[in-house]
Amino acid sequence: MEPIVEIRNASAGYNDDVVLHSISLTIFEKDYIGVIGPNGGGKTTLVKLILGLLQPLQGEIIYHRQSSGSLTGYLPQVSNTDKSFPITVTEVVLSGLMSEKGAGGRLTRADRERAAEIIQMMGIYHLRHKSIGELSGGQMQRAFLGRAIIAQPRLLILDEPNTFVDNKFEHDLYELLSRLNETMAILMVSHDVGTITTYVKTIACVNRNLHYHPSNIITQSQLAAYNCPIQLITHGEVPHTVLGVHNHNHHHQDHD
Amino acid sequence: MIELFSYEFFRNALWAALLASITCGVVGSYIVARRMVFISGGITHTSFGGIGIAYYLGLNPILGAAVFSVLSAIGIEYISGKTNVREDSAIGILWSLGMAVGIIFVFLTPGYAPNLMSYLFGSILTVGRTDLWLMLALAAVIVFFFVYYYNTILFIAFDEEYARAHRLPVAAFKYIIISMIALTIVLNIRVVGIILVISFLTIPQATANLFTQNLKKMMIYSVLLGMTGSLAGIYISHYLDIPSGATIIFAFVVMFGIAKLALNLKIRRGIKQEILSRKNH
Repeated sequence: MEPIVEIRNASAGYNDDVVLHSISLTIFEKDYIGVIGPNGGGKTTLVKLILGLLQPLQGEIIYHRQSSGSLTGYLPQVSNTDKSFPITVTEVVLSGLMSEKGAGGRLTRADRERAAEIIQMMGIYHLRHKSIGELSGGQMQRAFLGRAIIAQPRLLILDEPNTFVDNKFEHDLYELLSRLNETMAILMVSHDVGTITTYVKTIACVNRNLHYHPSNIITQSQLAAYNCPIQLITHGEVPHTVLGVHNHNHHHQDHD
Repeated sequence: MIELFSYEFFRNALWAALLASITCGVVGSYIVARRMVFISGGITHTSFGGIGIAYYLGLNPILGAAVFSVLSAIGIEYISGKTNVREDSAIGILWSLGMAVGIIFVFLTPGYAPNLMSYLFGSILTVGRTDLWLMLALAAVIVFFFVYYYNTILFIAFDEEYARAHRLPVAAFKYIIISMIALTIVLNIRVVGIILVISFLTIPQATANLFTQNLKKMMIYSVLLGMTGSLAGIYISHYLDIPSGATIIFAFVVMFGIAKLALNLKIRRGIKQEILSRKNH
């Protein structure tokens, strides 16, 4: 397996606040890593570190770039975008090509056809000329996922993709990710441990430190050993997740 | 009406209005889309400090305003990106500091400052050849930049973090564009004045935004609406003998009101038809 990104003993944070302490993680091709951990534990900081939005305070990150093609695709948290910005769904998806186009790059007819294909694949073709603000939470996530994958990145990074979406989209999303995983590595941050462990291959517990768990089966006592105080939640039919607490209050916010 | 064109000052005023519509239409759409109206207000008022100092030193006030506004624009961009000072507070400080510096230096300048009022309220009828050439050059640079880099500008403006994650020169674009905003403001101070220039950058854009959710179309509509409103304003101000800058802004607001009203009526009619068609089914 070829490595894509190697994090070596990296520390990261904001100003004086060091959030991640000397973490190491290597992401290989075909990986499907679920990143779990408590709020404020540094999950999003890890994402920013991998994307190069944050420079490591110590340690290093090695990117194994190839001569062509995009290295990372990124689905940010929904709440971070300006919903009234005048941009259409097609333009949002096309903006995923900017890494390979660079500043001032022209969009070709082939690019637009590719965007149309991706939009079709996301099931929002009828909305392609709509502005982003007219979409529901789930539809918006589809558009942003389209942007993240249009350049066929080697590593797809998703930050809490299942917040503010409907159950239908969540199901479609995981199906789609499993298919995409055949051609790209995936790193997915989620608060919903019970669900993601069904789909991911391995788990990274992030709580100021990072503990890599080379399996998708994790127990409450292992979580405790990793200093990762989160509750495992069952959805009943999920067979191989060992459960700590059964929580009936858990459900997703529906915006559709 | 025709004989007005025989006066050079009037022809200059029309050219100034058309060029102002182009620069403000393009740059203003960016300002509105990125919610930078307050930042632009800060840059505008800070430039008054430059006008005051230039007066005191006996230099061209527009030159002073240009230096001040570009520096303050770059300063605001730097503050918002790098430090953890609250951006709106920082802008508020620069805003009033610029005005204060301007007032003190104008006061210290011996004698009466004859056309100071024209900087506060604009005087499109006194725009000279040099002003027009400068405005033309700026319009050419802005149009070229926004056309050539349209996609890059759009993508960075929409999601800066995504652009940075994909190694686009985000900082360079932001500094270039904020400098263009500053120069647009300074060169249009002659047209509508410090107090009113912000409306040239926002009202046609807000009107255009009623009809389109596409940044490119918003820019084109804003330019056309700006031209219509400013030409109407110049004629009306001439015939009623009232200040041109204020009349132009008034024309913009009336156009916005009419557009909003027309849109509301259209929506209401649409709803009515929908109810009727449902009844018929």
